[in-house]
Amino acid sequence: MLHSDLDRASDESLAVITVIGADKPGIVAGITSVLAKYNVNIVDISQTVVRGIFSMIMIVDLSTGRIDLPKLREELIAKGRDLGVEVSVNHIAVFRAMQRV
Amino acid sequence: MPRIFAPEEIGEVVEMLLFQDLDIRSVTLGLSIQDCISHNVADSIGCVERKVGVYGEKLVKAVDKVANKYGVKIVTKRIALTPISIVLEAIAKNSIDKAVEAGIEIAKAIDRIATSIGIDYVGGYSAFVHKGFTHGDIAVIESFPDALASTQTIASMINAASTYTGINVDAVNTVSRKIVDLAHKTPKGIGCTRFAVMANAPEDNPFVPGAYHGLGEPETVVNVAVSGPGVIEAVIKRLGEKADMRTLHDYVKRAAFKITRLGELIGREVAKEIGAQFGIVDLSVAPSPKIGDSVARILEAMGLEVAGAPGSIAALYILVDAVKKGGAMATSSIGGLSGAFIPVSEDWGMTRAAMLGAITIDRLEAMMAVCNTGIDMVAIPGDTPPETIAALILDVMAVGIALDKALGVRIIPVPNAKPGDVVDFGGLLGSTVVMNVPRYDTKKFVERGGLIPPSIKRLDKG
Repeated sequence: MLHSDLDRASDESLAVITVIGADKPGIVAGITSVLAKYNVNIVDISQTVVRGIFSMIMIVDLSTGRIDLPKLREELIAKGRDLGVEVSVNHIAVFRAMQRV
Repeated sequence: MPRIFAPEEIGEVVEMLLFQDLDIRSVTLGLSIQDCISHNVADSIGCVERKVGVYGEKLVKAVDKVANKYGVKIVTKRIALTPISIVLEAIAKNSIDKAVEAGIEIAKAIDRIATSIGIDYVGGYSAFVHKGFTHGDIAVIESFPDALASTQTIASMINAASTYTGINVDAVNTVSRKIVDLAHKTPKGIGCTRFAVMANAPEDNPFVPGAYHGLGEPETVVNVAVSGPGVIEAVIKRLGEKADMRTLHDYVKRAAFKITRLGELIGREVAKEIGAQFGIVDLSVAPSPKIGDSVARILEAMGLEVAGAPGSIAALYILVDAVKKGGAMATSSIGGLSGAFIPVSEDWGMTRAAMLGAITIDRLEAMMAVCNTGIDMVAIPGDTPPETIAALILDVMAVGIALDKALGVRIIPVPNAKPGDVVDFGGLLGSTVVMNVPRYDTKKFVERGGLIPPSIKRLDKG
């Protein structure tokens, strides 16, 4: 994903998903299946496992999706519960406000 | 592959929100009710009721929508009204008794509406008497104990001192007797948690009980109060014990910048939703009774064994100064009290320190030299004489005008309680220990009454 592609996606429609929990098979598949179901595009993804703790950060674009942010959060938190991981979903404006001057 | 945010940047924000209790303490809607002034009591009540109802519903809807969209917790929704003394003026001119009744009826009507739509507090049962009393002011002072005792959400503030005019000692004396009345009208004196007497009360304060809608404000305005002591404590702990004071100050400043930016984002969005003007962010990091959400613990993270220990004034100074500098960079809409809050019962660490004897009224009085708190959420024995309470208030008012800043007293004389007793006010108000108050006689001093003149600072103002 190039920076210019990110710029093109309207800021208003970007959300940041973070997933934290004990590592096990199926976490990425479980979370991305929810995104695919609602046609939400992943624009950036990073994933690490440190000492058995799984952590994934995704930036997604809701402009192509059939779901709004609060509803997506609800769905992902429910999915996270099934998978035994903690999921949080925030609008990208929160990160822009706090991490950029 | 360039990224808009590094994973560490995202991780830091999420950690603050999920694990360090970073949230918005309050979105406070300032609302003018000057158009509700009437000689007719029923008209006044109807008008205030209608306005609080309509705007309260808008506020609740907007706050819920914004919290949901951004994934940020907004703890309370509040309304700040034009000082009720102004609304009661026309009625009080004919009869103070009638105005007292009307005030209580208006308070009850607002309380009913606020409770039914989910507004946590409504500030503005207030009067400004720093130089003298109007009829409406007298009605407010006479009625606030009953107005607060018969409601759950109404908050009241009497401004008794100002850098411009000095201290109204008569007001302080009367209010002190009323504080004792109010304590006896409510279980554990809890009504007193919704009352403050202040010096230099700002017009755009989002925090109760000091919140009111000032005369310089527009029809409606959205003011925001942030919370985030846990974030600052975590930053200091991560920095370790070897970092010097300047580095410590710098890291606190950076954390304060981030906290304030979140407040401004949320405030602006709520204002846009309501169609109101965005007002200010109050930079103060407000604590709560949770262990990880304490200003006292910030001082302890800096290296003090307990808040209140020698060094606490310097530590608090570092915190307040860094919060102001970081906050000032984060927003051009500063206002409210913008200092540091150390309300004893509402701060887990302050209460712990009070139980150990490290925080006393003397230490609070020393700390107010470098913050904006005064004596806040302090439980005292129920049999403390009103003249002792008045003398305590006068001390705080004097510091307020001498240093030209806002300070307040929110003191709870808990009926039948002795120093050392533990009293639980519940929820965000927390639980605390009843503090010892020196019993030296102050009566002859406070009963002189009249006005203490303003300081020489007044002449700097032209």
